[in-house]
Formats: sequence, C-alpha cells, structure tokens
Amino acid sequence: MTNLILIIVGSALIHNVVLNQFLGICSFLGVSKQIKASLSLGGAVIFVITIASAVAHLLYTYLLAPYGMDYMKTIVFILVIAALVQIVEMFLKKTSPAIYTALGIYLPLITTNCAVLGVALTNVQDGYSFIESVFSGFGTGIGYTIAIVLLASIRTRIREEAIPEAFRGAPIVLIAAALMSIAFMGFADLSF
Amino acid sequence: MNKYVERLYNGIIRENPTLILMLGMCPTLAVSTRAMNGIGMGLSTTAVLILSNLVISLLRKHIPDQVRLPSYIVIVASMVTVTELLIEAYLPSLYEALGIYIPLIVVNCIILGRAEAYASKNPPVLSVMDGLGMGIGFTIALTLAGMVRELLGNGSIFGYSILPSGVDPIGIFVQPPGAFLVIALFIAILNGFHIRTRQRHLVESTGCDRACGACAAPCEEKKGEKDA
Repeated sequence: MTNLILIIVGSALIHNVVLNQFLGICSFLGVSKQIKASLSLGGAVIFVITIASAVAHLLYTYLLAPYGMDYMKTIVFILVIAALVQIVEMFLKKTSPAIYTALGIYLPLITTNCAVLGVALTNVQDGYSFIESVFSGFGTGIGYTIAIVLLASIRTRIREEAIPEAFRGAPIVLIAAALMSIAFMGFADLSF
Repeated sequence: MNKYVERLYNGIIRENPTLILMLGMCPTLAVSTRAMNGIGMGLSTTAVLILSNLVISLLRKHIPDQVRLPSYIVIVASMVTVTELLIEAYLPSLYEALGIYIPLIVVNCIILGRAEAYASKNPPVLSVMDGLGMGIGFTIALTLAGMVRELLGNGSIFGYSILPSGVDPIGIFVQPPGAFLVIALFIAILNGFHIRTRQRHLVESTGCDRACGACAAPCEEKKGEKDA
C-alpha cells in the first residue's frame, strides 16, 4: 500500500510530468489561458492516461513480451492510445453526455499528448506491475492537472500587468512555468 | 530563389519550428541540458522527418483521406523505431542520454505537422527538402539552447570546460527550470528584434497547426473568439 502511495506522490509531485519531465508541454502552454478549460483538459488527461496505462501494460505483458516483439512497443502503444481515445469518446457520448460535454473537444486532442505515450513507455521501462502502472498513470494525470490549473491561475493574474513588450505572449508564460518548476523542485526533498 | 533552397530557408529561418512556430517544445526543453544532446536529438528528428516526409509524399495519392492521420502515425512510428534501433546499436551513449525522448519523437508535433501541411500535398524531392530544412532549423535551436544551458549550468561547451577555476557555474540552468528560462529568453530576444524591425507580430504561445492534436486546442479557442 505504501508503495502505491509513494508512486502516486512521486509521479504527481516529485517527478511532475510537465515541470520536471517536460511531457505534454504543447497543451500545457496552449490551453492554460482559462482555468475552466484547464480543469476540463486535466480531467480528460487523468481519465485517458489511467486507462491507457492499464491497457498498455496488459498488451505489453501478454502480447509483446512473450513473443519477443519488444521493439514494436512504440508503434503498438501509439495506435492503442489513438484507438482508445476514440472509444472513450464514443462511450462517453452514449453513456454520460454530461461528462462528454464537459470534456468536449479536449478528448481527441489527447492522442498526440506525449504525456500519455511517455507514461506507458516509462511504466514498461521501470518494470511496474499492473496495479503500479495504473497508479503511476493516475498520479501522472493528477500532476498534469495540478500544473496546468496553477499555470492558468497565474496567467489570469498576469494578464492585466504591464509586462515589457518583448516578454508578452509566450516568454512570460515560460518564465511563470520556470518559477513553478523551481517551486516543484522543493518536493524532491520529500522523504517518507 | 530556387524552390528547393527556398524550402531550406523556410525551415531554418522563416518558419523555424521551435523559435517561431513553437512546435516540439517537449524535446527542446528536455534534452537541451548539453549541446551534444541537442545535436543528437536534432539529427535524430531530422532523419525521421526526412524519411517520413519522403514515404508520405510517395504514398500521398494512395492514402484515403479519412484514414490519413492514423496512416501517418504508423509511418512516423515505424521510422522512429528504425532510428531508435540504429541509435541503440551505434551510439549507445547518446541512447543513454536521450532515453525516453527517442521513442517520443513519434508525438513530436513538427513531424505530423509537416506530414499534414506539406508532404501530403507535394512531390517527394520538395518534401525531403522541406523535412531537411525543418530538421536543421530544429537542430540549430536545440543546439543553441544546449550551448547556453551547458555554459551557464556546467561551465563547459560540448564537454570542454571553459570557465576559469574559482568561478562556479549556475547549477539551476541544467535543471528543469533552466530550460523554461532559457527558451523564454530566446523567444523574448526574437520578439524584441521583431518589435524593432516591425516585421511581424509577436510569437504566439503555440502554432495553429491542424495536424497536431494537442496543439489544435488554442486554434479552436481562437475560432470561438472570432465567432463570438
């Protein structure tokens, strides 16, 4: 049990997927203009990453590894993630329209979010068990959501500030991310 | 200007994927801790870009429109796997240094973006030149970022120590926050240059490229703003 808690805290805070591993930067910078949109995207990412980690682990252990097709994992994982996103989207549309409208356009965008593929690959690399993979995926999703919602809050605050002209737009957002990253480095000293 | 040379100029200067379009930020931020890593990552991505642009351009009349994105992804993923195996076999130290970011070339927005925006509509030789130009532009940006970070954070360039003894390097520049800071400064300098010459408007936070799912969100948002 402690092991699983450690995995969640580790992947959400200590090795934060965005601020420490640099995965999913594209959407982190692109969607973080509004807090609401960031929350929706975060929800969609948690959802997809958790399922994708589980499916990728099963496929790897029962299909790729026994037949010595380890080298196929990148191709298989990216296809599975793309298909999975489609299925999740159709399933939600039918069963729970409320969640579907909340996650809306963000679901299909997750296919090319490198965080999803990144977690599936690192889970295999670290030799995680099925439960560990699911928890590591879930923790990563939480970490992504924390980071993007925090950045969105910062961006709504600095929107009205007198920023030097050259730093408007992308640079000031990256500097905010740098400061967040420094703050998150503090978590590296967490010990249990 | 010759149309082939124009492709190179376009990729390196006018539409530099990293500094102007802000595509492929993940590897740019992640592997630029050393100048050598920047070159290695840049050249690997260039190889994948050229190969996938070539294959997609050759198959452009045979891939049905409805399934083109999945087809592109399979082609790109195959090229990445080939490149990964080659690096693992011949450049094991680079393979160690880049780690997970080699397979992640698959989801690099630059590659799918060029496939969709250029290679799917243009003949093979032009597409290869386009891939080469974009790849060189990416490599230059990565190497520059790597050089600055390595110099400030480690006191060396390409592994050669150049700081006099007694001067301590600023360690944070080779840590994650340094990546954000250095890229922010790069773009701010470019912005300052553009403001002075009034050539173009400021660099937006992400390029609006339909092909890149994760990057398309801001475009949807902008469309919404226009409609409203």
